[in-house]
This record gives sequence, structure tokens and C-alpha cells, in this order.
Amino acid sequence: MRAFWKYLLLILMTLVILGGLIPPIVAYPKNFFEFPLIPGLEDKARIIFFHVPTAWLTVLAYLIAMFYGIRYLKKKNIYDDMKSVSAAALGLVFCILATVTGSVWAKFTWGSFWHWDPRETSIFILLLIYGAYFALRSALDSEEKRARLSAIYSIIAFLTTPFFIFIMPRLMIGLHPGSLEIDPATGQIRASANPVIKFQMAANMRVVFFLSLTAFTILYFWFWNLTHRILKLEYNSQKEI
Amino acid sequence: MNNIQLIVKNLKKTFNRRLVFDKLSFEVRAGERLVITGKNGSGKSTLIKILAGVMNESSGSFEYIFDSGKIDREDIYKIIGLVSPYLVLYDEFSAFENLKLFAKIRNLKIDDDKINQILEKAGLFNRRNDLVRTYSSGMKQRVKYASAILHDPLVLLLDEPTSNLDIEGKDFVDELVQNFRKDGIVVVATNETQDFKYGQRIINLDDYKNNQSK
Amino acid sequence: MKRAYYIFYKDFSSELRMRFALNALIMFVIVAVSTILFSLANEKVNQNVYAGMFWVVVFFSAMSGLSRTFVSEEERGTTLILSLIANPISIFIGKFLFNLVLLFFINTIIAFLYMILFQDFSIQNWDSFLLAFILGNIGIAGSSTIIAAIISKANVKGTLYPVLAFPVLLPLILMLIEITKSAMEGNPISDVEAELMVLISYDIIMITASVLVFDIIWRD
Ligand SMILES: Nc1ncnc2c1ncn2[C@@H]1O[C@H](COP(=O)(O)OP(=O)(O)OP(=O)(O)O)[C@@H](O)[C@H]1O
Ligand SMILES: [Mg+2]
Repeated sequence: MRAFWKYLLLILMTLVILGGLIPPIVAYPKNFFEFPLIPGLEDKARIIFFHVPTAWLTVLAYLIAMFYGIRYLKKKNIYDDMKSVSAAALGLVFCILATVTGSVWAKFTWGSFWHWDPRETSIFILLLIYGAYFALRSALDSEEKRARLSAIYSIIAFLTTPFFIFIMPRLMIGLHPGSLEIDPATGQIRASANPVIKFQMAANMRVVFFLSLTAFTILYFWFWNLTHRILKLEYNSQKEI
Repeated sequence: MNNIQLIVKNLKKTFNRRLVFDKLSFEVRAGERLVITGKNGSGKSTLIKILAGVMNESSGSFEYIFDSGKIDREDIYKIIGLVSPYLVLYDEFSAFENLKLFAKIRNLKIDDDKINQILEKAGLFNRRNDLVRTYSSGMKQRVKYASAILHDPLVLLLDEPTSNLDIEGKDFVDELVQNFRKDGIVVVATNETQDFKYGQRIINLDDYKNNQSK
Repeated sequence: MKRAYYIFYKDFSSELRMRFALNALIMFVIVAVSTILFSLANEKVNQNVYAGMFWVVVFFSAMSGLSRTFVSEEERGTTLILSLIANPISIFIGKFLFNLVLLFFINTIIAFLYMILFQDFSIQNWDSFLLAFILGNIGIAGSSTIIAAIISKANVKGTLYPVLAFPVLLPLILMLIEITKSAMEGNPISDVEAELMVLISYDIIMITASVLVFDIIWRD
């Protein structure tokens, strides 16, 4: 069973890398192998296959970390805390990846590394939350307290997320697909005409995109499985009376 | 009839990976006095804190049954009086102010006379308006007794009850335990053999360290 | 509620005697405001900057003082006696009330200093500013109190506090800055209705959640 997932991951990742990087981008795609050209984006549109999955995993990892944190609070099983912390550690890694891939891309498309649009702000806050979570853990020396208080903190920090997901994008203008912008003529907020924001994926791009999401998610679970099992082995090997 | 009962079942406590005690079970009925003993670090104070509801057990359970109903975790503090060396009172207040505050926070209907009476009993009446900070260790121990009996608890948990006390103070504790309500429970954690007289029964925590189940 | 009030009362009287938080807070405010005063040195800056700077000073002064309620109990070892005389909910509410009063006091001073020292910090719409001020203080006090409870159990308390509190308080502060800007421009209160609703829901969610989880933090 484990081998199955590994091979599946290998195949999917290969497909995603090839499918994401090889197909030429042309103005009027004639066949299956060509992606449509988006003015102003060109080859830079390929970021979507790699950047979005990392952002998605950042969020997924947080949810998993919180889920196992709550489970720890209910059952007081230290293994749940290990699952929680390893989910969060990977989440932090993906969060950094999402931030870096995003800002490098932004430099070339929007002109500077950072713009404080709602999504950028959200990922930055998430980075801070992950940082705070680990800072808290390192300041607690009893295992039980560490597990308990970091679980509580993950819940409290989570309560602010509706604000970043639902409220801020409505109150601020943004640069990501689906954002709103201010109409320079009327001063009203409206759907944007910017190419990135209007960005719609062609059918073949969408296939690669969802393959990529799947592949990255499997990759994540594989890493997560490994890390929390390592933690468990370490813990058990140190067990004393 | 009012009847308090303490039931401890399979109680276990570990700190990180260190086992303190395991498979601890006992029952204490109204009127009984129990002594807990064991080597330094055997977990006496830990057990007292768990029974006071201020520390979590690792597994197993303990409950106070009153009139055949279980007392909620949140309400345990109402029926408990605790005295121990690691109990610290607010030393920026005087003994009287401490007790007065506790009475207010506990929502007790007692007046200043009653508080003075308790302080008198604990032998602190003359110094009742001095800040606790200026007290000697023995005097601090006496204030703790006063605060432990302020709300007329059903259960008295005493950790090292006679530490820092002079002969007069020890007599006070003797009298307190002897005259403690007959429908109440007293649990004493101690290593002093002279304190063993307080209990009818002794539990030695060194007997609860077996770890064979693993 | 009565119990919570007396816990508040205890903290209040002890603050009057010991000044665990107040001195630090007042010194902080003086230092922060004069630093801003010197660094601006009569230069004309955008009005919006003042709205931001006002809440930044509020945030950091909260961070310098509001953790004392729990940290001082933990440091002096009085946590035990407190848990022996009251249930966790009363304790949380008592501490929250104390922080709320402290925050109102200190933030009124900050607002007052801003108004006399910076001509450009002039509120045109008092209704929306006061409403934001009140709701903001409630929210800041709520989140700061629960985070203070968490860090009081940790080893390095001082630096950890703003680190943990910042992401949690940020949505609130962003809203407060928006409303303050609007109030300085004299826009009608209906312009910031959405922001005020967010403030209200933030306060309700944070305080409810804090009351629910406090018990888990409190008992060792
Ligand atoms: N907060 C804590 N964190 C980690 N270990 C602890 C903690 N409190 C107590 N212990 C450990 O639990 C064990 C029991 O401690 P406890 O204070 O209950 O012993 P005791 O029987 O009261 O000892 P004494 O006779 O010295 O008072 C000790 O090994 C101690 O090191
Ligand atoms: Mg002890």
C-alpha cells in the first residue's frame, strides 16, 4: 500500500513537472499541448502550478495541526501532539515556499517583491502565526504543557482567519485572481480588468493544475507521515521510568 | 444526611516521561482521616494538588461524592481547604485583608468579627493588620490555616502540616484536626512520623511505583 | 459575576500598592509618544500616518503592561491560592475586567497626548472614533488577557507576548486604523458600518472563545 502511494506520487510529480513546464504558450492554441497566451503574463503563468499548491498546503497543514491539537486536548495522547507539531513544521516550510515563490514572481510581474494585497498579507500573517506557534513551543519545557498550550494557541489564532479570508479582500484592493479593484473613474470597488485578476485557466491547464494539487497533497501527507513517525520513534527510544 | 466521600480509582500521574505514581486507588469516607507518606519526591504534594483540583491527573479518576451526587470539577474548590508549604498568599496585603478578600471572592456571608475570630484562633490576632510580607514562616503557615478553614470546608488537605510551626502551633494543628467536622475528611501528606497520629490509615506512595504494565 | 468583580477588586487594590503594571505602562507611553514627537520634529506628514501611529502605540503599550495580571501571579506563586478560591471563569473575567480598565485608562492618556501634541491628529467624527475606541479596547483587552494567560506558563515571557499577540490582534488593529482615518476625515459613521460590525464580531468571538478555553490553560 505504501509503495503504491510512492509510485503514484512519482508518476504524478513527473507529469506535473513535464506538463507544467513543457507545453508552449501560444496566442491561439491549436492542439492539446499548447497553453493559451495571457497578455502580460506569458511564461510566468506557469507559476500557478507550483505556487498555488504550496499556498494550499500551508493552509491544509494548519488545519491538520489544529485538528490534532484539539484531539490532544480531548484524549491527552502525546502522539496527537507529535502529529500536530509535524503538520505545523511542514506547514511552515510550505508557507515559506509560498511566500518566496510568490514574491519572486511578483517582482517580475508587478514590479516589486511585496505589495500588501490581501492574499500577501494573509500568507504573511500565517507565517507570523506559525512563527509564534514554534516560539511558544520552544518556551515551554514540559511536554504536556507544550502540547496543551500550543493547541490552544492554534485555536485562538485560527479564529482570526475568517477576517483574512472573507473580510479583508472586500475592504482592500488586491492583485490576485478574483480580487476587487477601485474604479479610477468612479472610486467604486468593482471586479478588476487586470490580466492576472481576470485570469481564467484553459481546460488543459486546469488538468495540470489539479494534478499538481493532488501530487503536492500526496507529497505533503508522505512527509507528514514520515516526520511524525520519526518523532514517535525518538520519543519511545528515550522513554524512561 | 450530609455525607462526603472521596473515591480515587486507578490514579496515575506522570511528568513528561517520569512516572510519579500509578494504579493508586482508595476511598475515604466522612469522618475518616488519611495519612499519605513516602520518600521525598514520591508524589505526596502532587497527589494533594490533584485532589485539590488544581492539577490534572494523567489517567484514572478521583471524585468527591456529596449526598450521593458527584461534585463538579469546577466546584471542588468550594469544599476544599488546603495548607501546604508551596501555597503563597498575597503578601502585599495583611492577614486580615487576605481573608477578607478570600471571603468576598468566595462569596461568603461572613463579617469582620468572624474573620477576627479565625485569626484569633490561629494566633495572629495581634499582627492581623501587618502585611503578610513581614511575617515569619511560621506566621505565614498560620495564615494559611486561617484561609483554609475560612469557608468551613468539608475536606482538609494538609501537606507537611507542621512545617515551620512551634509547639504552640503544632498544638493548634492537633486541635484543628481533632475538632475538624465529624462529617468531613482530612488528608495529611507528611514524612514526619509524629504527624502519623493524625490518621487512622496510612498510604505509602512508594508502593505505587510499579511499572510492569509496560 | 460578583466573584469576578472581587477578583478585579483584588487586582486593583494590589495594583494600587505594588504598581506591577501601571508604572511600566505610563513610562512606556511617555517614551513612545516623545520618540514620535522628536522623530517627526514639526515635519508635515500624511494624516493617515497618525491614525496608524496611534494604534501602534496602543498595541505596544498593551504589550508592555497587560501580561502583568497573570505573570505576577505566576511569578509570585499565588496562582495556587487563586485557583483555590475561585473557578476559572470568574478568574478570567476578573482579569479581563482589570485589563480593560487599565487599557481604558492608559489609552485615554495616549489619545489625550496625541490631541494636544499633534495638531494633525484631529478627530472630526467623534461618534465613530469613540465607538471604535470602546470596541477596540474591549477586543484588545480580551485577546491580550487570554494570551497573557498562555505566556504566564512559559519561560521567556516578555518577548513572547507581542509575538503571540500580534497576529491575533492584527485584524482588530487594521479595522481600528481604518475607522480612525475615516473619523479624522470627518466621514459619516455609515461609511464604517462594516468595519464596526467586524469589531463587534471580533470582540464577541474572542471573548467567548477565551472563556471556553481558559480552563484548559489555567489548570496545570
Ligand atoms: N511541575 C513539575 N514538573 C516536573 N516534575 C515535577 C513537577 N512537580 C513535581 N515533579 C516531580 O514529581 C515527583 C513528585 O514530586 P512531589 O513534590 O509530589 O514529591 P513529594 O512527595 O511531595 O516530595 P517531598 O517529600 O520532598 O515534599 C518528583 O520526582 C518531582 O521531581
Ligand atoms: Mg511535598
